[in-house]
Amino acid sequence: MKRKRVLSIIQKIYVVLLFVFFYAPVAVMIVFSFNTSKANVVWQGFTTRWYGELMSDSELWEIFGMTILIAILTTIFATLIGTMGAIGFKKEKRKWAKLITNSVYFPIIIPEIVLAVSLFMIFNTTGVALGVLAIVIGNTTICLPYVYITVKSRLVGMDPSIEEASLDLGADRIYTLFHITIPQILPGILSGAFMAFSLALDELIITSFLADAGTTTLPMKVYSSMKKGISPEINALTTIIFSVSAAGVIIYLVADVIKSHKKLFRRHHS
Amino acid sequence: MKKSSEELKALKKKGRIMKSKRERLTTFVMQAPLTIWTVLFVLAPFCLLAFMSFMTKGPLGIIQYTPTLANYKEIFNPVYADVIEQSLVIAGWTTALTILLGYPLANFIAKVKSKTASLLTILLMLPLWVSGLVVLYSFVIILNNSGLINTFLQNIGVLSEPLQLLYNNFAIIVGMIYMFLPFAVLPMYSSIEKLDRGLIEASKDLGAGPIKTFFNVTLPLTSPGIFAAIILTFIPCIGYYMVTDMLGGGTSLMIGNLIYRQFTISRDWPFGAALSMVLALIIFLMVVIYTKLGGDLDDLGA
Amino acid sequence: MSKAIVSMMNVDKIYGENHVVKNMNMNIAEGEFLTLLGPSGCGKTTTLRMISGFELPSSGTIKVQGERVEKKEPYQRDVNTVFQNYALFPNMNVYDNIAYGLKVKKVPKAELHERVMEALKMVQLEGFEKRRITQMSGGQKQRVAIARAIINRPKVLLLDEPLGALDLKLRKQMQIELKRLQKKLGITFVYVTHDQEEALTMSDRIAIINQGRIEQLATPREIYENPKTRFVAGFIGEINLLESMVLSVDGDTAVVGTEVGKATVKIDPKKKIKATDGVAVSIRPENMKFSKKPVEGFSIKGVVKEKIFVGNLIKMMVDLNDGTEIKINRFDTSDLAEDGELVYLYWDLDKGVVIKEKNLVDTDSVRDIEGGDPDEEE
Repeated sequence: MKRKRVLSIIQKIYVVLLFVFFYAPVAVMIVFSFNTSKANVVWQGFTTRWYGELMSDSELWEIFGMTILIAILTTIFATLIGTMGAIGFKKEKRKWAKLITNSVYFPIIIPEIVLAVSLFMIFNTTGVALGVLAIVIGNTTICLPYVYITVKSRLVGMDPSIEEASLDLGADRIYTLFHITIPQILPGILSGAFMAFSLALDELIITSFLADAGTTTLPMKVYSSMKKGISPEINALTTIIFSVSAAGVIIYLVADVIKSHKKLFRRHHS
Repeated sequence: MKKSSEELKALKKKGRIMKSKRERLTTFVMQAPLTIWTVLFVLAPFCLLAFMSFMTKGPLGIIQYTPTLANYKEIFNPVYADVIEQSLVIAGWTTALTILLGYPLANFIAKVKSKTASLLTILLMLPLWVSGLVVLYSFVIILNNSGLINTFLQNIGVLSEPLQLLYNNFAIIVGMIYMFLPFAVLPMYSSIEKLDRGLIEASKDLGAGPIKTFFNVTLPLTSPGIFAAIILTFIPCIGYYMVTDMLGGGTSLMIGNLIYRQFTISRDWPFGAALSMVLALIIFLMVVIYTKLGGDLDDLGA
Repeated sequence: MSKAIVSMMNVDKIYGENHVVKNMNMNIAEGEFLTLLGPSGCGKTTTLRMISGFELPSSGTIKVQGERVEKKEPYQRDVNTVFQNYALFPNMNVYDNIAYGLKVKKVPKAELHERVMEALKMVQLEGFEKRRITQMSGGQKQRVAIARAIINRPKVLLLDEPLGALDLKLRKQMQIELKRLQKKLGITFVYVTHDQEEALTMSDRIAIINQGRIEQLATPREIYENPKTRFVAGFIGEINLLESMVLSVDGDTAVVGTEVGKATVKIDPKKKIKATDGVAVSIRPENMKFSKKPVEGFSIKGVVKEKIFVGNLIKMMVDLNDGTEIKINRFDTSDLAEDGELVYLYWDLDKGVVIKEKNLVDTDSVRDIEGGDPDEEE
């Protein structure tokens, strides 16, 4: 018993250390967003100047806006196509369908760079202009499998007779899709969309291959400025983004706790 | 009015499950976008990649459409073979360490209450949701010669000279582990969670110690999760050239960097394509082994 | 004879290599309670699903109210289904589940409300309308499923093992309720089950299905007393089957010979039974009699193996020479034979049913009801 407790303490220490490893760079990023040194490699002193400069840095905001725009477009396309595909191919048993559904996984099993150069070459040889559209296509391609997989797993878990019941009660296939199927798989669609959005936000390899001279996204900007040292301004921006996501997570968790308490409360009273 | 055996045979040949016209129409509409997308932006580009890898590079990077195997032969040129070897070594180390470090964490998450487990997974993914690159850059601040670790160690007098922590394989591997460990933990966590606790109890009941139980029961039963984790680390690792660039300082090249250069600096598409094909084939082989071992492709995306 | 509300003509269903439903012909009368009974995998559920439209037949015709529907979508058919696992919409409460069919049809709000309330009352769930589906018990879910299916006032209600998930006591209670509801509504019920007792209690007629074919379609009593095939005889209740050959025919009686002796049976002249035909004679245990002395016309004898007293019922097993075990049920405790004693078996002539196979039911069931025209095919 004693050995067991020692083991469990060691395990907890280990987990804490791992999380320290994960959050130390985040902490450094946040702290260094208040660094006076522009080169931002060693700590010189405290300032909030970078947050101020960030606010008035129209170029950085433009890049940020572009990144968000690409991420949103990607999310819309990937979610729409991935969801429709997962529903459409659910019961499909024909041979050609297998080729398609297996190929859907391709972008996540081959390294991103291979997909990036393949798309780069095909756009070049077919004369599709690089730029925002090409980037959105590339990002959508890599995000699609995630949406497809999450939606598919929801569909697999869904009782097929529920859809049949709807048809049976006089609803046609479109009505059934919107009133029965989609509400059922919504959590899968949302988590797929969320995954697509966060992937697209941070995508660099495909984006940099498919960008034209006039298009820059945040990861591209970070990457290109890396050699000179990332300016504290970018740290500041990332800190803001991180705080917003962290706040989102906290709100979600709090809401979850409240909800489960309410459920308990209701159960006691019914 | 019984059907003749010929009629029945014809019906059997038709074979497929009958669907009404409308159902077929809705199914078609739902399938079309994904099908078109996959053909245009996955299959076609990949075919072009394969095609291009057999073409000849002309002067100024213009492609000459004469088939050749030269690009593949070029890969065996010691300069490039070294790069491939080095990539495999770095990716191998990263993967091994990621699994070793990640498995106990996955095990821990699988054992706590489900609420705590989901909180821990969210915490694990949170740093990467933001901007992997910016967070990764923090390692430059932490590891450089006048960085946090060296300053600290020098201040307390352990070191007199700064330790070279940055711009070497050590830094690359640390950065890679940071990027890919969260993704590796998830499949291992889900396979451990699915594990039948009864089996472990049974093994212990039969007199096997915890270590024996782990190697004889837990490890084999969670191997699909481990293999998924290996794939999820190894694949991106080998092609992710940013980490090598940022933390390796150009000292080491990975296949990813090499491919990147063929399309930016050297303008040698056919060679880049050939390298990509080799990379894709290595990965493809791994995935085939993974599915043959009973792995599910879906686990690679969640 | 009443009108056929559902008729199936020469219906086949083939999945790949599996021939699930074979040349099925069936007419279902308006207002009747028809049960499709058979072992699992016999094609009964597939048959039901072809009527509802979830499966399309590989060939053949299905008519509902005289209108061909075999290629129509489920929502274009005037039938509704109660599913085995209820298939309630988990994202809606009880009220919205029941109202679904009317909402789809855009029934005005006031009428919709009235009808939902009426349906709730019908299944005795008043006051439950705001409940979530997850808060309902199995029996309550079943009632919601029924209410949801009958609110559209279908001509035919299809029920796919609706009581399968309930415990025995609740199942008995729901059987009675369902039967009562069917009488009250006056709609046709097509009921799928593998539980023979359930089928015998509830049905007006039963279709016994085996390996994709209807073996017999008749009233429960007819099926019990006069099984047409060995399968039907064996599937419903306990039975003694004696494989035998016809030795001689004399008007409406015949003498048959088994390996262990002869017996006299009554035959139906319509069945055209002649000497040397191979037949099976089926006798229910309660109709099997024994005597310590030979009985005229019978020469089958055996040894009493054991007796089991089940309340006021005595179950007796008699071993024949060839190893067959004969079951006898008696309510009369007088004149019992001892274990090991030799007895002669006999039965009242009209209680021994002669089964001559290959006179399967295909067209029989169509004949009784007008309206189906088996010749009309695409």
